[in-house]
Amino acid sequence: MLNYDIVVIGGGPAGMAAALKARECGVESILILERAETLGGILEQCIHTGFGLHYFGEELSGPEYADRFIRLVDEQKIEYKTDTMALEITENNVVYAVNKKDGLLEIQAKAIILAMGCRERPRGALNIAGSRASGVMSAGTAQKYVNIDGYMPGKKVVILGSGDIGLIMARRMTLEGAEVKCVCELMPYSSGLTRNIVQCLDDFNIPLHLSCTVVGIHGKDRVEGVTIAKVDENRKPIPGTEEYIECDTLLLSVGLIPENELTRAVGINLDPVTSGAIVDEYRETSRKGVFACGNVLHVHDLVDYVTLESQTAGEGAARYVLGKTDTAEYITTKGVNGVRYIVPQKVNIKNDGDVKLYFRVGQVYKNAKTVVKYNGEEIISKKRPRLAPGEMENVIIKNDMLKNFAEGGTIEISVEV
Amino acid sequence: MNYDVAVIGAGVIGSLIARELSRYNLKIALVEKCNDMAMGTSKANSAIVHAGFDAKPGSMKAKFNVEGTALMPELCKTLGVPFKPVGSLVVAFSDEEVETLKSLLERGNENGVPCLEIYGKEKLKEAEPYISDEAKAALWAPTAGIVCPYELTIAAAENAVVNGTDFIRNFEVKKIDFNGGIFTVSNGEKEITAKYVINAAGVFCDETAALIGDTSIHTTPRKGEYMLCDKSVGHLANHTIFQCPSKMGKGILVTPTVDGNLLLGPSAIDIDDKEDVTTQADTLSDVLEAAKKSVPCLTTREVITSFAGLRAHCDKNDFIIEPSKVNAQFINVAGIESPGLSSAPAIAVYVKDMLLEALDADEKSDFNPVREEPVRFRHMTNEERKALIDKNPAYGRIICRCETITEGEILDAINAPAGARDVDGVKRRTRAGMGRCQGGFCGSKVVELLARELGVEINEITKFGGNSKILYERTK
Repeated sequence: MLNYDIVVIGGGPAGMAAALKARECGVESILILERAETLGGILEQCIHTGFGLHYFGEELSGPEYADRFIRLVDEQKIEYKTDTMALEITENNVVYAVNKKDGLLEIQAKAIILAMGCRERPRGALNIAGSRASGVMSAGTAQKYVNIDGYMPGKKVVILGSGDIGLIMARRMTLEGAEVKCVCELMPYSSGLTRNIVQCLDDFNIPLHLSCTVVGIHGKDRVEGVTIAKVDENRKPIPGTEEYIECDTLLLSVGLIPENELTRAVGINLDPVTSGAIVDEYRETSRKGVFACGNVLHVHDLVDYVTLESQTAGEGAARYVLGKTDTAEYITTKGVNGVRYIVPQKVNIKNDGDVKLYFRVGQVYKNAKTVVKYNGEEIISKKRPRLAPGEMENVIIKNDMLKNFAEGGTIEISVEV
Repeated sequence: MNYDVAVIGAGVIGSLIARELSRYNLKIALVEKCNDMAMGTSKANSAIVHAGFDAKPGSMKAKFNVEGTALMPELCKTLGVPFKPVGSLVVAFSDEEVETLKSLLERGNENGVPCLEIYGKEKLKEAEPYISDEAKAALWAPTAGIVCPYELTIAAAENAVVNGTDFIRNFEVKKIDFNGGIFTVSNGEKEITAKYVINAAGVFCDETAALIGDTSIHTTPRKGEYMLCDKSVGHLANHTIFQCPSKMGKGILVTPTVDGNLLLGPSAIDIDDKEDVTTQADTLSDVLEAAKKSVPCLTTREVITSFAGLRAHCDKNDFIIEPSKVNAQFINVAGIESPGLSSAPAIAVYVKDMLLEALDADEKSDFNPVREEPVRFRHMTNEERKALIDKNPAYGRIICRCETITEGEILDAINAPAGARDVDGVKRRTRAGMGRCQGGFCGSKVVELLARELGVEINEITKFGGNSKILYERTK
């Protein structure tokens, strides 16, 4: 049995930032477990730029962004094991993990930070009819083939879903000589960042078909074409609008799902909207000493915010290990009227700092405002020229405001048009 | 190559027949048009071992169903294949259907199905807490079970190969000549000869028979579409839940699978194209609606994949297992639709006996009936895992996260007798890629391992043989 104060599961941007912050707060004994061959997580295959604008004030590629943290992890001599998969967390905070070198590892932790990231939603979840031919894959899988393995997964491409990875891959495949025929988006708006639509589609004259989906996949061995169709306001295909598009590849960028198998197995309470754990302002879950951050908690738009959130979790885990926790008097947060969710879902009002609430809206709004209410009474209101589901919003609740709240109270955030 | 027997079609029927024959001193070829075994009906069906009350008394279906189901548990044990004796329930939603249950019970008794019983509403609810409140009664058949049909097929073929059978992949039989008492079976490029041919070509058995001028068989592909749900809803059915049968089949079922998923389906639509395993949006939504009649809380949210399979439906509406009228050395095993999987073990023995009457062959002294169950890391205790990784570190590297499949298991699948040659072959043998991410993460790693083990470039690896390649040329 190994013993560590903090075991971090996942060595992507979330896990690394959390571990570094915990070290900064004075925890010596930290171990990061990473299932891939290297630290860095999914950033390693994101060779495009656009990372770090908020956090570093400069534009970095994914591997560059990751590298800054990998260097710090090395400098700080934080221990990590790559090619190591966590299999189970027990009720006593024992982590079972496995790798080729050590075999089965049994690690006793005082605190655990969950930073496993997310995965892409597969075809089955969409129930797209048609053949099971080769050539249908998630955009992230295609990204790995192109950027890491150096092989093209197709030449004539249709992309379903305008999530950021889909948009990025539209540009990437074009640059590598493929013909990207179009991007189809089921919703009347894109779920990707505006800058990605401009830089990845508009700049390359790739059409984006909104309110449109793939209704059929054709081809016996390899995809030979897809049928797309317009959808009505209930997202049902409109008969008569079908169009056949010849292609050999269908990339799916239809959503990300936090990977919470370990979390669920140990009985931590999950939020049905985020599919991540329910947490407090330090990202502590319903299980004492277990924290969660990054895309395993809720899917973020920018890695910069993953880093910030994970530092909070790292600080929380350090405080827990060092016995510096506050007395707890919680209020809850709740997204209403257009706000899909808020993280954290509960806040300790005895906390001595400000608290940043992250949230996402459910549709596109123009010239709206976001309103924060405490027990029904408006406390903050912010004018927003544009709100979109693809972009995370946040609001800061100042500590002096928190001090006026009472245990059991509720903060609601809503959109008002 | 010259053989005593050529079995055409490496589905569950052909593979089990080849295995039965491999007990004897015979040279056997198991010939398959695809890149792997279990590529047709055997990979896409309900995976049910039926108790045997459906088929008409006196029919081949009734006989082989009851016999096959009795053989199945022991066979699965010998071949290291998962089988669970979960039992089945046929649910009645009206008084009329309750009457149907009674006639099914009678028919079952006539067919020799043991321990049938009609459950009232309360007992049904106790057995299946998520069953619809509309359900009035059910026929309980404890001898029914679930099996993994492609694992059974793969295990049978592997065991046949270990016992001397040649497994010939990518050999689509296009021509069969008969001269001097010997068949010459050709794919247009290569030939093999055989004294006996067994036609186990599934939906193609009519075309295969026609190659020797036997036009007595007519198969219609009857498509069945299914939805597979995540393990998180596996608890919604404890047993195989049928609805009352109609003339097109046994209706829509809701059943657990041996791996803990939940399977819904199948539809039943006659089609023309024998290779059309596409799914249709309307059909799938009908399947879900029909399944909700049994288990109302089902939703699309937990569906991880959908697929279609083709039943080899014969006009005669019964199995055809007999020498061809055109040539007695050509044995048709045709029209094997439901309960074909349940019947397969008994059909294999029957065909073997039929051949032994004609061919004078001794039993091998060194026949090994056992196919060891492959390593299943996910089912092991931590102690077992420790010992396993100590012996071979490849079992310490997880490739498929969703199903917890190790590199060692994937290497075993590739290096097995008649092992996997493509991504789907690895998937069927190990479950890598069958989980909730459906190969999103592990797919590229499986491609790498296949390329490494087979000594080819990664862009030569296919999803399921033929032209189903995954990657094109290198990036710029």
